[in-house]
Amino acid sequence: MEITAIYYLIPALVMFCCGVYGFITRKNMIAMLISLELMLNAVDINFVVFNRFLFPEQMEGMFFTLFAIAIAAAETALAIAIIINIFRAAKNIDVRSLNEMKF
Amino acid sequence: MDYSQFLAMKQEIGLLVVFLLVFLYDTFMPKSTQKGLPAFTAILTLALALCGFCSYCLGTESTTVAFAGMYETSPIIAAIKNILNIGVVIVLIQSIKWANSDAMSMRRGEFYELLLVTLFGMYLMISARHFLLFIIGLEGASLPLAAMVALDKNRYESHEAAVKYILTAVFSSAIFMMGLSFVYGLTGSLYFENIYFALTGELNTMLIVAVAFVIAGIGFKLSLVPFHLWTADVYQGAPTSVTSYLSVISKGAAAFAFLVVLAQVFGALYSDVWEWMLYALIILTITVGNLFAIRQRNMKRFLAFSSISQAGYIMLGVIAFNTMGVAALMYYILVYIFSNLAAFGVIGAIENASGRVSMDDYRGLNRTNPRLAFAMMLAMFSLAGIPPFAGFFSKFFIFTSAINQGSVAIYVLVLIALINTIVSLYYYLLVVKAMYIADDECPVANFKSSCSERLGLWITVGGIILLGIASCCYSSLLDLSDISTMQMYFIN
Repeated sequence: MEITAIYYLIPALVMFCCGVYGFITRKNMIAMLISLELMLNAVDINFVVFNRFLFPEQMEGMFFTLFAIAIAAAETALAIAIIINIFRAAKNIDVRSLNEMKF
Repeated sequence: MDYSQFLAMKQEIGLLVVFLLVFLYDTFMPKSTQKGLPAFTAILTLALALCGFCSYCLGTESTTVAFAGMYETSPIIAAIKNILNIGVVIVLIQSIKWANSDAMSMRRGEFYELLLVTLFGMYLMISARHFLLFIIGLEGASLPLAAMVALDKNRYESHEAAVKYILTAVFSSAIFMMGLSFVYGLTGSLYFENIYFALTGELNTMLIVAVAFVIAGIGFKLSLVPFHLWTADVYQGAPTSVTSYLSVISKGAAAFAFLVVLAQVFGALYSDVWEWMLYALIILTITVGNLFAIRQRNMKRFLAFSSISQAGYIMLGVIAFNTMGVAALMYYILVYIFSNLAAFGVIGAIENASGRVSMDDYRGLNRTNPRLAFAMMLAMFSLAGIPPFAGFFSKFFIFTSAINQGSVAIYVLVLIALINTIVSLYYYLLVVKAMYIADDECPVANFKSSCSERLGLWITVGGIILLGIASCCYSSLLDLSDISTMQMYFIN
């Protein structure tokens, strides 16, 4: 059996949708962050697959992925720092407790 | 490699120099001189803004493409960067008192360094002609802002706002990058120009989804409805100086970048794909922003919803899709910087002196602090668009540019926007009524605002009045957008 681009793209799409679903339904901020990571990684897979299968003569997608990984790492580090701050102030990281300000 | 192309990035390099000087001052100067850091930063940024302005006036800005087409600078890009510089200088001046308070003594440097880094990101975002550089600019502009929102370590709201901001920002950039990956899959390039010419073929679902994702991603940054839910909370929770920066500079840069992406990348798809998406977004943004602003009592939340509806008006310049739209959008951003910063200047001054931010606290302000009340009144008039002030002309130009597009649907859109302007008059005047007519037993006591706050207010009030009188500077912006490369994309 030949493994074509579609065998990579479908899992990437499923990952992305899982990420969106998780981001909306999870109550724990760290779990939300993990969902975000899933979404970002799905994007990376997409870029790499498009590059490898459709446009193998240039490396644009690969380079984009490298930068996207670095950006994702920076985002996670910052988000975790902020979540730790929340934990220090409120002693939990449940998003439902973020209700000081609404409407 | 040709190193002379770095010269095209002279505004970015100037900003980097300012950043390094501020960083060195913060790190190596003795503790006793640290209170001078805010003024030092403000003066350096002012020098940068003046240099940019002089270089712009002398006509040394030309259309240059550097780094194999990844980076572009042109007179109109230099102009929008200068406009942002003006706003940053005002924000810096207004933040001096807050930055020199005791609570900030440990984090003073961080605020200024992060602020300059985000400005650098916005510059890149505006100049980028390749999506890799664009993403780096976008993230460079939004990630440090999350740290700035969380700066007020002793207030719980600040953390809450920061976590709401960072999670939605990452979510939106993930969606944006997903859209980009579809675009890449369809066209095989990330250069704006290549994508533009590759997308002239027939439509398919993937392309429409991609455009929708890209619009959603930048829409989050611009807080267009329905991607606006973070805005009010973040504006309320963040320190006032950060809020004012977020609401004018960040929004102005994102609006221009949005225009560039839509015109230069998806320009060929205007009437088929994104005109209708943007049409719906504008109606929703203006209406929902206005209706929610009516019921706000906290001044910062109130201005958050007001800024949401202003973003809707700014988008009229994008949907107009002609050179007038570009000029009107830039003029609107310029005016919006002055009016909104005047309002935030007053709010910041009152908050610094008394810690009160509710609209009820503004009752009877005219009796105790007539000058602040007057500045606030001018800001509200300008935001609402009452004739002699600048806000009227910016709305006028942006409506005209949209009408020039010519289709009946756009006429309806402008009509809806006009009706919304009248609705917005109601809530802007609520503030004026509270200050001038309503009476209160304990209004904010009379206080003397600090020198820097007064300077900031003088500049913004002067800007509101002068830009109203000298609205002819719009026509010079119009000339600019006629000769810019943007023209090429509109004609196609």
